[in-house]
Amino acid sequence: MKQIDELIAQFQAVAANPAKAVADYKAETGKGAVGMMPLYAPEEIVHAAGYLPIGMWGAQKQSIAKARTYLPPFTCSVMQSVMELQLNGTYDCLDAVVFSTPCDTLQCMSQLWHGKAPIVVFTHPQNRKIAAAVPFLKAEYAHVKAELERILGVTISEEAIENSIKVYNENRQIMREFCDVAAQYPQIFDPAKRHAVIKARWFMEKSKHTALVRELIDAVKAQPVQPWSGKKIILSGIMAEPNELLDLLKEFNFAVVADDLAQESRQYRNDVPAGCDPLEQLAQWWQDFDGCPLATNEAKPRGPMLIQAAEKYQADAVVICMMKFCDPEEFDYPIYHMEFDAAGLRHTVIEMDQESTAFEQIRTRLQAFAELL
Amino acid sequence: MSENVNVEQMSSKDALSYFQAKLDEDARQAKKEGRLVCWSASVAPPEFCVAMGITMVYPETHAAGIGAHKGSMPILDVAENKGYNTDICSYCRVNMGYMELLKQKALTGKTPQVLADSPAADVPLPDLVITCNNICNTLLKWYENLANELHIPLLMIDVPFNHEWPVQKHNKEYIVGEFKHVISQLEEICGRPFDYDKFLEVQKQTQRSVAAWNKIATFLTYKPSPINGFDLFNYMGLIVCARSLDYSEITFNKYVKELEAKLEAKKYAFGDNEKTRVTWEGIAVWIALGHTFKELKGMGSLMTGSAYPGIWDLTYTPGDMESMADAYTHTYINCEIGHRGEVLEQVVSSGKCDGMVVHQNRSCKNMSLLNNAGALYVQKKLDVPFVIFDGDQTDPRNFSEAQFDTRVEALGEMMDAKKGGNQ
Repeated sequence: MKQIDELIAQFQAVAANPAKAVADYKAETGKGAVGMMPLYAPEEIVHAAGYLPIGMWGAQKQSIAKARTYLPPFTCSVMQSVMELQLNGTYDCLDAVVFSTPCDTLQCMSQLWHGKAPIVVFTHPQNRKIAAAVPFLKAEYAHVKAELERILGVTISEEAIENSIKVYNENRQIMREFCDVAAQYPQIFDPAKRHAVIKARWFMEKSKHTALVRELIDAVKAQPVQPWSGKKIILSGIMAEPNELLDLLKEFNFAVVADDLAQESRQYRNDVPAGCDPLEQLAQWWQDFDGCPLATNEAKPRGPMLIQAAEKYQADAVVICMMKFCDPEEFDYPIYHMEFDAAGLRHTVIEMDQESTAFEQIRTRLQAFAELL
Repeated sequence: MSENVNVEQMSSKDALSYFQAKLDEDARQAKKEGRLVCWSASVAPPEFCVAMGITMVYPETHAAGIGAHKGSMPILDVAENKGYNTDICSYCRVNMGYMELLKQKALTGKTPQVLADSPAADVPLPDLVITCNNICNTLLKWYENLANELHIPLLMIDVPFNHEWPVQKHNKEYIVGEFKHVISQLEEICGRPFDYDKFLEVQKQTQRSVAAWNKIATFLTYKPSPINGFDLFNYMGLIVCARSLDYSEITFNKYVKELEAKLEAKKYAFGDNEKTRVTWEGIAVWIALGHTFKELKGMGSLMTGSAYPGIWDLTYTPGDMESMADAYTHTYINCEIGHRGEVLEQVVSSGKCDGMVVHQNRSCKNMSLLNNAGALYVQKKLDVPFVIFDGDQTDPRNFSEAQFDTRVEALGEMMDAKKGGNQ
């Protein structure tokens, strides 16, 4: 167990201190870091340049002050936090920032950048399943590549991107394996520890993250699987932070057996397909992807996907982590909640606000939900 | 609708009322006769559906009408009870509520009391829907839900955000690819080949309507002005709902003639009381259209600029799909801030405006998040003051008359001070 605790502590240290991860990477490689704005961006292109892609998912309990000057109060919590971090200099260590524009808020945020690093903006096609979507997104990725080459003063070869796709696919595969292992060992992976292992992948070079997760999985699998007396849940939404929320889940004996979070499993739900044109392969990932409200699909597969996951992992319920003022997430709710009711799947909704420092309302809701189950 | 109506003799205002009612009647009649009805986003291209004889209904205009008739609250409640968060656009919530009421009516054969009591125009449920995100991405989620809830086909024209200006070649190629896909969807839905000849005729009609619409806007440049910009919000109903029919062209040409006559006779919108001129940035507050207009009028402030009606300047070359793609994607709020700012600057400058009234619309993140940046851009270029007020297009809970009045009065003082200083 000591080895497991030490490994988990390494992930926790990275997840809690991204600035150190960037500084260490710079010291080690002589190269820098590129910020990846939520939700989905072709990290492989940055990785192929030898730079460290860094997730920009706000900060826990970040007090919002300066951002109020630039954003109306109904901007989602994570973007309020990202704006505050731009303004207070946290992102000044980045050499560039890659911005996608899948919702109105992100679209506007891409035009309101106040950080020092130059930004590269691209747009995902939303008519994703038709043939014309792939060449369009490939052209957008070519723009991202060209801009990064210009800003960073590097050349990014096709071979390097192909190699990065391989590195990322290995990480995606091991993350899916990790989530399954974490579901089997809830005594080891309480919700906050599970989150730390996943969150760390936003700040680590992916082959290193993969190796460390491999080590962790092997160590955990040597332990006997024990019965779980608490309830099993699936988390769904953009993200599940601050950690106090995850600690509340632990307090009420909830085990996270799977997630459908944009910051977590949605990133590695599917692999980049094989092929001979790396930018096209990256574009095809977006075409294959599903189950996120930022990726339009009138079939609305999210509800059925969650119901299927609940069956697979024998989950007792789904906990919806509703990002405050995130209208795409809010749009899915009326549809899947009807589907959950029809399938007899229990759920509760808790409002996510990264700025939050008071959790009594969520505590009451989770306590009541635990009793109900 | 009476067949004895003489449209030729009508004023433009009467023609507007007549055609607006006729559009709803057309939809009801189509449904009755088993012809297809399509609900459409306000700036989605209607040309494809109209070429195939499909009757169009516009939920945003429908919701605005409900709001203007003070009927949105009970319908918003219906949507919120279905799980639609109050954070979601109120046009959408009104429409989702209305759809739910129509569904209940269809399933039970009884008209729900909320619907019976509503001032909502009577329009039928759709057989298909078409959306386009050139004014916001909310329209993707809204129509995704409509298609899913009603189990009907979704036609989608996704126009990628133009983070580079001008519109990039690959953006246009993608949109043309979508046009072709929509054509194949329509062939399947209608069970017959796409009518390319009719399509060309519809494109030409659309261009005549757009040209007449643009002509109206030119009257805002006269000082004093024969036209009050708020009237554009009313006439806008036809450029939204009937730009591919001759209804809009007929009405707009009448209006142009009336405005020419007014100009000739020196009959101005505010008589000789046009003290200042303002740009209105954002969607109208339909729930308080009268109040917002009267407050400005009370100060002698005439609205002679608004980028919003200009969204329907969908000028393109009929027969040229790339040109059509360009027209539908380059709405100013689908473009990077530099171009967006230039469009606003042009509106303020051509309207000879002394200030800007900026609507921080709780329902519209796409407009509201860049309101401040857009207004600052114009202020820097043209040195005109602006105020921002909190409001909503159709949710009365998000608008306060008192706040609006205070902000607008402050603008009046700033404009007066500037004029004084300039003398």
